This record gives sequence, structure tokens and C-alpha cells, in this order.
Amino acid sequence: MKINKGLSTYAGMLALAGGLLAAGNVQAQSEATECIAPAKPGGGYDLTCRLAANGLEKTGMIDKPMAVSYMPGGIGAVAYNHVNGVRDSDPNLIVAASTGAAVNLALGKFGQYDADDVRWLGALGVDYGAIVVNADAPWQSLDELMEDLKANPGDIAFGAGGTVGSQDWMKAALTAKAADLSPRKLKYVSFEGGGEALAALLGDHIQVFTGDLSELKSQLESGKIRVLASLSEERMGGPYADIPTAAEQGYDVQWPIWRGYYMGPNVSDEAYQKWVDRMSQLAQSKEFAELRKDRGLFPMSRFGPEFNDYVLEQVDQFESLANEVGLKQ
Amino acid sequence: MFDFLIHGFDVALSPLNLGLALLGALLGTLFGALPGIGPINGIAILMPLAYTLGLPAESALILLAAIYTGAEYGGRMSSILLNVPGDAGAVMTTLDGHPLAKKGLAGPALGLSAVSSFVGATIAIIGLTLFAPLLAEVAVMFGPAEFFALMVFAFASMSVMMGKDPVKTAIGAVLGILIGTVGVDSSTGVLRYTFGLPELYDGIDFVVMIIGLFAISEILLMLEHANRKDGNDGLPPLGRVFVSLKEVLACKWTMGRSGLIGFIIGILPGTGASVGGAVAYTTEKRLSDKDNSFGTGNMRGLAAPEAANNASAVGSFVPMLTLGIPGSGTTAVLLGALMLYNITPGPMMFSERPEVAGGLIASLYIGNIVLLALNLPLAGVFARVLTIPRWVLVPGIAILAFVGVFQLHSNLAAIYLMLIIGVFGYLLRKLGFSLAPVILGYVLGGLMEQNLRRALSISGGDLGILWQSGISLGLWIAALALLLLPWLLPKLWQAKTSKA
Repeated sequence: MKINKGLSTYAGMLALAGGLLAAGNVQAQSEATECIAPAKPGGGYDLTCRLAANGLEKTGMIDKPMAVSYMPGGIGAVAYNHVNGVRDSDPNLIVAASTGAAVNLALGKFGQYDADDVRWLGALGVDYGAIVVNADAPWQSLDELMEDLKANPGDIAFGAGGTVGSQDWMKAALTAKAADLSPRKLKYVSFEGGGEALAALLGDHIQVFTGDLSELKSQLESGKIRVLASLSEERMGGPYADIPTAAEQGYDVQWPIWRGYYMGPNVSDEAYQKWVDRMSQLAQSKEFAELRKDRGLFPMSRFGPEFNDYVLEQVDQFESLANEVGLKQ
Repeated sequence: MFDFLIHGFDVALSPLNLGLALLGALLGTLFGALPGIGPINGIAILMPLAYTLGLPAESALILLAAIYTGAEYGGRMSSILLNVPGDAGAVMTTLDGHPLAKKGLAGPALGLSAVSSFVGATIAIIGLTLFAPLLAEVAVMFGPAEFFALMVFAFASMSVMMGKDPVKTAIGAVLGILIGTVGVDSSTGVLRYTFGLPELYDGIDFVVMIIGLFAISEILLMLEHANRKDGNDGLPPLGRVFVSLKEVLACKWTMGRSGLIGFIIGILPGTGASVGGAVAYTTEKRLSDKDNSFGTGNMRGLAAPEAANNASAVGSFVPMLTLGIPGSGTTAVLLGALMLYNITPGPMMFSERPEVAGGLIASLYIGNIVLLALNLPLAGVFARVLTIPRWVLVPGIAILAFVGVFQLHSNLAAIYLMLIIGVFGYLLRKLGFSLAPVILGYVLGGLMEQNLRRALSISGGDLGILWQSGISLGLWIAALALLLLPWLLPKLWQAKTSKA
């Protein structure tokens, strides 16, 4: 009897875990919507999917909760191939993407498929790059850093959370270019994620961190870092109001990190338009503005063909930069 | 100065939060016990739920932190009972935990590991309460060069595991390092050993690696002996169920030392419970393995990694709470959860949101006691899992793992890869290799390479950076001592005695 009791406890626990897993991955039925996060749970793509899922549900634009599923692999390449090869016409499926995906497309890292092989749907939010130094660093403005960088490029190590060629590196490379320094001469150290790079900055192991504005909030408050420039078109509000843009300091560097979605290449025009309408309506709602703000994102509203063109143009730009520095294989 | 903690206990002892801590402890134990889920995924799956339920920030954080610490308790179960680590921190637990179960001591092994986990976590929580801001300053002193030296030290300490068959241990570690190199190279973005398959770009996932190497190979071994009559692989009948006080007391210094080691390693960003467990185990073997019985079911060999992995898990809260920098993959996900609540961790959090910082730390104290209370009596129940025939149990675990891995990848390639690694693990076992060095090589090798390359790109290729700071120099000396002393000491001893 005792054994049976033990067994049933164990079986009950397994059933509970199974139920939890199932709840996380409700298989899409014909009318149920799904968002694929092309990464493991918990990262930026997860956040992007949940932004759409929570927003659409809260505003009542979908009646069943949107399923979020995970498809890590190849920094998004596995999902990109999947949507091109398997679920190419699913009218209820959207996939999370970001500036990082555009960079990888430009570098030809998504295999045989190009940027125009999917239907780009739209972006619901954006973050901006930032040039960050330790609060004890000698540079008070972007200009001072740039002058020093021109004189002694070997003494200033840049670091961020991605590899050479990633979107994090692009921020550093464009900054170097704005100082007329070849990105190939730039000292760049890649870390696993922005957190590790930030730790290295605080410990004075690197001198400049090219991060994203939203991840800097707590350090800004604690006064341990100095943000020399935000890579946005104009100054951002709230806690970032005192941070000048690179442009106003005379350096033409902008780096928006949009968070958006694409759909399969053979999705019908009606289904695509339905999603475009849904997303643009969502972007205008008040509830959604709250959700977006909670996730540290700034507003961005580009949908449908306008967004499609925006992404394709961006991929072209990145491609020429990659060619210029000899990154493209 | 400890106002925040008193306030925190006020928060954590409210009925809702106490209930959530209990629920989290239970769920976490379960997530840790089931190979393939682990704390990161458990938290990532439950985080949206907590948010949707409208729990206040401190309650959500208490729930998620209880899951995290619970998972470190749970991870040991399948390590001890099935020789399959439930999560990353529990790899070293298999080394002595499973042999104990094979001797019929599964119950005492589970009990002892619960006590060790409790002691390790308690040391770390006290450390967190007293010294968090100070320790955070030390943690950022670890740059790439210091991390590289730490990894050299970790590999040097692995030399004590070489035991009977040093060549096979070394080969195993190198194989692990090789497997770790698959994927996008983390500094240049160049693809390594991916054979044009995008599924391999991100490298070989830890869960895929562990399940394949341990669980699948176990099934293959069982298939080989399928025609054996007894379903239990000749396991002796379960002996006594509870651990004796004498056994616990015999390990008190082991737990203390290992808890401290685990805590210190946990504080460093980027190193997790797996590194903490490995260093604690090898240190303990060096210090207290007089009769060379580590690896054959030594109680100390079980207590050391268990105390250390729980201490590491708590330690990784230090950089998260004080600097807003995640100390491990799991705290990175927790940080995301805090962001949803518009809370920015950092030094300001203790003064601006004391109910969150204090509530979390207080809930760690409470959760830890709850977990001990939950796990000690349950040891007997869980030990009975071994009375289920293994041909039911291990495939059952494998099916759960398959479902878990598919859930996280939505892709069959991960399943195939797991099977291939399983066959590889089976071959290694048939050839008499131990699997722990392979896993350690896989985990430490990647960290070592990345940090070496980071250090060299900072210095512009000058090797001097690797031993420039006091910390790295100290680690180098310690590593050298570890390698040379066992060889030198007997000679010195001989010289001394012959003189006299």
C-alpha cells in the first residue's frame, strides 16, 4: 500500500508537470493564433511574442489566447527556414524578429533564404543603442571619446553582448566609422549578453559598452555609468531625457533596434492585410502603450508594405557595411 | 541596517506569499527532478502566468525564487536514483549519489543531500544578507583574464578525478571541449563544425547533451541486458530510509567548505551551479578522500556538490540584486521578470523598494526551511521510485525528456541530435569512460576559450594580461600547486624522513 501511495504521488506530480508544459504550448487550431519566438524561453524574442499576445488579448482583438512557441536555432535561422519550407502559408502564424534578424540576413546567415522571402508584417516597439562608459572614465562627451579614439584606437576596448558582425557589434562599428576609423581597427570584445559586458565595463575591463537604452535604467539611477550618446533620432523622454543623441553632438550614428514580426511567403493578401490592420489598431490603443512601456520599449509604428520596404532597405545598408569591412563570406 | 530584512519577513510571512513560497518550492523540486525542464525553463514558463494572475511584484518574485532554489534541490533526485542529472548543477551529484543508491542507500543519500543543500543554501543566504554590496564590488573585478585563470584552476582541480584511468579522464574532457566548440564562434561569428545545418548554429544545447549522454545511453545499456530476469539491474532491496545524524555530522565540514566555495563561484557573473559543484567536489576529494572511495558511494562526495550547487544558485542573486547584472542564466530570466514589474534592480532597490529586496531575501530563508521540511520526509517516498522496474522508469523519464526538449525547440533535429549523443555516450560507457569529465569539458571548455579570447582582444594579443592582476596570479599559483603538490609532497616527505 505504501508503495502505491508513493507511486501515485509521483504520478500526480508528473501529470501536473505535463499539464504545465501543455499549457505553455497549446497546439494551434485553425482559428487560434500563434507566435513563434525563434529562441529559447526568456529572451528578447519571447518578450516580443508576449507583447503581441498580451496586447491582442487585453484589447480583445483575439478571443482565444495566442500561443507562444519556441524554436531556437541559428539566431533565428531555424525558424526562418521553417516558415519558408513548412508553414509558408499559415494565416494564423506570426514570427518575432528584430534588427538582429536583419543583420543576419544581410550577412547571409539564414541559409538559402533572403530578406524578401517572407512577408514583413510590422514593428510594435523599438529600443535604441547607447554609447556607455564607466562613471569614472575621463570622457565627458562623445566628442572627447571620439578624439581619443582617433588618436589611440588601441587603448580603447569596446565591448557588447554579441559577436563580431552582430547588431551589437554594428553599433560599435558605426561609431568607429563616424570617427573616420576603420571598424577593422576597432578593438572589440564580445560577451554573452549585455549583462556580462556591463559587468566588464563596471570592472574597468573594457572602456566602452555599446548597449541598449532600456537595459541601462538601473545603472543610470545608481550613477555608476555615464551614457555619452543615445543612438536615436531625437532625445528620449523619462529617465533618458538628459542623454544627448549622437547626431546633436555632430556624429551621424543611429541605431534603432525594432521589435517586429514576419509571416510566411505564401500567406494570402487578405490574411496579411488582416494582421496589418490588427497590429496598427493595437499600436494605437492605450492599454498597449502601457504594456510596451513596461517592457522598456519606445513607440514605433510601421506596418504592412511600409515596414516591408523599411526592412529590405535596412538589410541592403547592413550588407554594404559588411562588405566594406570584409565581413561577408 | 537590517530594516529591509525585518520588513522583508513581514512581507514574506503574509499568507499569500507563504503559500506561494510553498507552491514554488514544490514546483521547483519537480522542475529540477524532471530532466529536460530545469530552473530556467520552469521560470520562463511560469513567469507570464504570474504576471497574468496579477500578483504583486514581491509575490511573483518570491514564487519564482522559490522555484529556482527548489530546482537545485530537485535536480539531485534523478542524479541519485537514475544516474541522470536533473539539471546542470547536479552533474557531480551522480558520481557518488548513484553508487550509494546502488548499495541500497538511496533513502539516506536523498536525506543527506537535502541536508547538504540546506546547509549550502543557508551559508549563501547569510552571505547574501550580510555582504551583498561588498561582494558585488569584488565580482566585477573578475574580468576575462581572471575568468580564464579561474577556468585553468577548475581544470587543474579536475586532475584529482583522474584516479584509476588518467588517460581516459583526459580524453573524456577533451571530447567534451570539442563538443562545446560546435556552433557560431562567440567572438567572430564564424560557424564552426555546423556542416551547413542551421540547427547546429547555436551549438549543442545543454539539455540535449545531458539527456542524450546520460539518459539515452542508460536505456541503450538496459536494452543490452533486456533478457535479464530481474527488472532492477540487481539493485539490492531498499535498506533503511532515513539518514542518520551521525552520517550528517560526519559531513559537517564538507558542507561548510563546499557551501562557501559554491557561494563565491555563484557570485561571479557567467559561472553557474555546474562550475561550483565541480570545484567543490574536486576540492573535497583532494582534502578528505583518504581511502580513495570517492566515486564509489562516499557520503562526502555527495554532500560537497549538493551544498555547493545550492549555494551557487543563491550566490547568483548577489550581482542581480546589487548591480542589476544576472549571475546565471536563471537570474537573467528573473531580471526580465523584474522588468515587467518596472523594477530596476541595483543598489537603489534596497532603499526604494525594500519590500521587494527584503521580501525576496526573507523568502529565501523561508523557502529553504520549507524545502528541507519537504524533502527530508519525502526521501523515503522518492527512494521507492527505485522499486519501479527500471525498464519502466528510465524510458518513462526519457519520454518526458523528449516531450520537454521538443517543447523547447519545436524541432525534431534536437531529438535526433539527442539520440546521436546517446549512442556516443553508450559507446563511451562501454569503453570504460566516465561521463562527468565529458560534461565538465563541455561546460568549462567554452567558458575558458571565450574568456581567453576576450582577454587577448583587450590586450591586443599580449599574453601578459593573463597573469597581470593579483586575482589571476593567485589562481595560477593555486592551479600549479594543485597539479604539482601530490607529486612533490611524497618526494619531499621521503627526503625528510631519509635525512632523519
